Amino acid sequence: MSDLNHLIAEAQADFSACHDLPALDNAKAKYLGKAGLLTDALKSLGKLTAEERPAAGAAINVVKQGVEQALNVRREAILDAAQAKQLASESLDITLPARAQSRGGLHPVTLTLQRIEQLFHSIGFDVATGPEIETDFYNFTALNIPENHPARAMHDTFYVDTQEAKQINPNESYVLRTHTSPVQVHYMQNKQPPLKIIAPGRVYRVDSDATHSPMFHQVEGLWVDEHISFANLKGVVQDFLQKFFERDDLTVRFRPSFFPFTEPSAEMDMSWNGGWLEIGGCGMVHPEVFKHVNIDSEQYRGFAFGLGVERLAMLRYGVNDLRHFFNNDLRFLQQFIK
Amino acid sequence: MQFSENWLRSFVNPALDTQALSHALTMTGLEVEELAAVAPTFEKIVIGEIVSAIKHPDADRLQVCQVSVGQETLQIVCGASNARVGLKAPCALVGAELPGISIKQAKVRGIESFGMMCSSKELGLVAEATGLLELPSDAPVGQDIRTYLDLNDYLITLKLTPNRADCLSILGIARDVVAMTGAPLALPAMQPVSIQSQLAVSVQVKALESCPAYYGRAIEGVNAQATSPDWMVRRLERSGIRSISALVDITNYVLLELGQPMHAFDLKKLQGGIEVRFSQNDEQLLLLNGTALPLAQDDLVIADSTGPIALAGIMGGELTSVSDTTNAIFLESAFFTPDVIAGKARRIGLSTDSSYRFERGVDFGNTQQALERATSLVLSICGGHAGPVTQVQGTLPVRNQVKLRYSRLQSVLGIEIPYTTVGQLLRQLGFTFSDHDQVFLVQAPSYRFDIAREEDLIEEIARLYGYEKIPAITPHANLAMLDQAESTLNVATLRDAMQVQGYQEVITYSFVDAAWEQDLLGNTSPIRLKNPIASNMSVMRSGLWGGLLDVLSYNLNRKQDRALLFEVGSSYHGAETGYHEEQKVSGLFYGDFQPEQWSTGKREVDFYDVKATVDMLTHHQAEYRVEHHVALHPGQAARIYINGQAQGWLGKLHPKWQQHYSLAKNTFLFELNVQALLARSIPRYQEVSKFLGVRRDIAVIVDTNIEVQTIIHAVQNANIPLLQHIQLFDVYQGKGIAENKKSLAFLVLIQDTHKTLVDTEAEAAMAELLKILENKFGAELRN
Repeated sequence: MSDLNHLIAEAQADFSACHDLPALDNAKAKYLGKAGLLTDALKSLGKLTAEERPAAGAAINVVKQGVEQALNVRREAILDAAQAKQLASESLDITLPARAQSRGGLHPVTLTLQRIEQLFHSIGFDVATGPEIETDFYNFTALNIPENHPARAMHDTFYVDTQEAKQINPNESYVLRTHTSPVQVHYMQNKQPPLKIIAPGRVYRVDSDATHSPMFHQVEGLWVDEHISFANLKGVVQDFLQKFFERDDLTVRFRPSFFPFTEPSAEMDMSWNGGWLEIGGCGMVHPEVFKHVNIDSEQYRGFAFGLGVERLAMLRYGVNDLRHFFNNDLRFLQQFIK
Repeated sequence: MQFSENWLRSFVNPALDTQALSHALTMTGLEVEELAAVAPTFEKIVIGEIVSAIKHPDADRLQVCQVSVGQETLQIVCGASNARVGLKAPCALVGAELPGISIKQAKVRGIESFGMMCSSKELGLVAEATGLLELPSDAPVGQDIRTYLDLNDYLITLKLTPNRADCLSILGIARDVVAMTGAPLALPAMQPVSIQSQLAVSVQVKALESCPAYYGRAIEGVNAQATSPDWMVRRLERSGIRSISALVDITNYVLLELGQPMHAFDLKKLQGGIEVRFSQNDEQLLLLNGTALPLAQDDLVIADSTGPIALAGIMGGELTSVSDTTNAIFLESAFFTPDVIAGKARRIGLSTDSSYRFERGVDFGNTQQALERATSLVLSICGGHAGPVTQVQGTLPVRNQVKLRYSRLQSVLGIEIPYTTVGQLLRQLGFTFSDHDQVFLVQAPSYRFDIAREEDLIEEIARLYGYEKIPAITPHANLAMLDQAESTLNVATLRDAMQVQGYQEVITYSFVDAAWEQDLLGNTSPIRLKNPIASNMSVMRSGLWGGLLDVLSYNLNRKQDRALLFEVGSSYHGAETGYHEEQKVSGLFYGDFQPEQWSTGKREVDFYDVKATVDMLTHHQAEYRVEHHVALHPGQAARIYINGQAQGWLGKLHPKWQQHYSLAKNTFLFELNVQALLARSIPRYQEVSKFLGVRRDIAVIVDTNIEVQTIIHAVQNANIPLLQHIQLFDVYQGKGIAENKKSLAFLVLIQDTHKTLVDTEAEAAMAELLKILENKFGAELRN
């Protein structure tokens, strides 16, 4: 029976000539089909003696396995080739642009405000808000700026026309808040020290030119506790500016100034490119302000500061004109998409 | 406050150069806003006198002058029309450097010239000038012009804070320089002049509380046409005050020098004695500036027997003003309290140098000396005979003793200051004090109106000790975590959500055009500003769409063709008392739904695109009701309700406004109350069922006007057993469906969470569902 061994090589050759599965199945039939050569060989075992049969059967099986293996190898090769062809046909230009979605972004003033809030939040400052249409009392009087005080001339105030507003007490005067400092007063009326807040928001001044906008943003900061000092104010502001600008070498300079609601008061200058840049006002909360909100100024002290948000945004992002912030030109705004 | 550095240095001359003095002023609270040299740096310019002038032989307009410059006489060719023999003018010698000109020996049309006669423009003193700068005939020939005109000087402009009224004079600034440097103060002579006339004017002060000090005197025989001396004119000019006449110049000079506003009346025009009183009976006053001012009862006036002749502390009257023909004056130096002047100038719309000082506080301890100073200047410049001083004095303000605790000083500032330094600084400030047990009892001088409490003194010490010496120290604090309600979202999450949806944030003005309020919000009585900056920024917005449309127009004009914009900000409304503000988030979507691209066809944005954003912002809690909005398309407008409360709007901009704003493509708008979007429920875990559900689909035909939202709510409210979820997946109108009908296809999820679902139960649930659709909505099952 040794003449069957050649079938393996013949089968391999036949299979190799097949390029798809139907052809391979046909080729397979020649060897393994019902009338295939190996099937016949197995059938013919019956003609052998019981002694001859096991060895002959084993020999046929060896050949049969060889053929089957050749068949499997070829089948896989055909399948692989088919898949490769399929994949090749499905290949894309992966450099084509993605399906485009609109890209949104936040206003640079918002980005700046969020950054300020995060930094102060990290040392436990709460965020407080207050109304933008403010009473004369909160915007001025409670901040130790009585009527006719010359300091009122420092604020170019927008006044609300209350004449037709029936709900308004004729003795009450309303303004668009000129600073975020009134939020201090609202907050302290409801909370007892120790307290730490920042109050971000829109403020308004009757002023409009290349460097002034009638509406802009401020962040007010307030820390009231038993042992707060002027040196602490400088410490917190300097720490903030260093973190905000990510520059350890920034320093803060205080210059004596005057705000009726703080004393001592200072203008804050920040070291910048070898010079000094004014970035806001600050000081120790004035006892008159504490008196308006029933906080004992012997027991407690506090500091307050006000920062110009657009100023910080301009420095941070290199914006050279304040007016960009309120023109809302998309070519400007979309530069701030993260 | 602008002044000449040299004038200041005549009072106090510390060993600091100009820059250092300027820095010291700024760092002690008198901020130097501007520092400018009076003249450019030049030298070799002296006073020259033209001793002869002959016409240039080859040039019509030139003269050949012989100019004496002291030791020598120079030949100079000069083209100035006012060059003439006897004229004294600045002469630039060979080697002089003028702004833009180097003076060299030169030939001018063939004639040697050894210098240049100068105009004030050529010296860089003024921007425009014609002709040579003519100097007085007594100008010393040969003297350096810088010396003669006092040109080695700087103009210092201070930005004074309202509390430092005491620094509104050279004397006041000098005192602060003394306080900061310890240099000695030199005062001008203010001794009483000798009385040479017995003419006295009676003065009656009927408002002593508002005018607790009034000093006046007559001076007869003055020459009102006398010329003000150069030094005075120069100092006035360097303070920004034009010379007018000797008498006016003198009162202005004393005002600048000592900070005491003065007034000179023409004595001959006064009728009877002087009265200081409040105005009465609707009086009027013709002011110096020509306006006839109706007086109010709280206006303090100076009056004679005919009525008011001056508005006290603010401005004199026209009828008693001094003129060229004046030969006798009544000179007034008074103290009016700040509260009687404060606000008046603003009410009548004129702020004068006088009112500016009185409303901030004038030194009431110097009223008489100022009068003596002014008198002596009048006598020396205009001549005349001074009469006796008439004085009326009431109760002057009292400077209370203020306590300064050394310990408090150090703890407020957070630094250590030597105890002796505190005393030293108080002395330099001119404050009197005693100290005991580390407590200073301090009394401020009459010129300081801003020292009433301990903090005032702490600030004084701090600014003189040096703010720069205060270290930056981060505070120690007790740590407590901040509240963080999980059920309340931060506004930042809304902004992020909008950003992720492709919207660009904008920030628009809170004040808008009244037309926007009316057209876009139907608001005919907006909150108005009394003093808007522009008419299109005159009312407070009650919604944000106007700003968004404005930004859209701005960008469409700059070639953008689509825009997704949003703003988070306040809207302003009248409240029961006062006003209230609501924070809104507002969005605008204009143009194509997606950016132009290769893979997706173009289509314009539609209602349901924007609704998806509203659904997301409202955490899919929004209910949409058909309601009318003036700005929106009537068939594509929805009022948005959350938990039954109206919280906003969504819709397509009404075609009429679309046209009005010249918008070529679809524009959709929405607006929501931020507060309603920030609440969310904290999740509560529910068991996940082990038993799977089945999906059944059902298609029904209903009238077109039936709202899907109503159907879904009805089904949800019916609580059909085992029906877990119903969802629309197809809407069809057209072929095969009758007109006015639509086909709706829903997928329904049926699940028994406790046991395996039995088919008959699912059938029952579907049957019940169909019954509801049939009964409530007249639905027919579609085959």
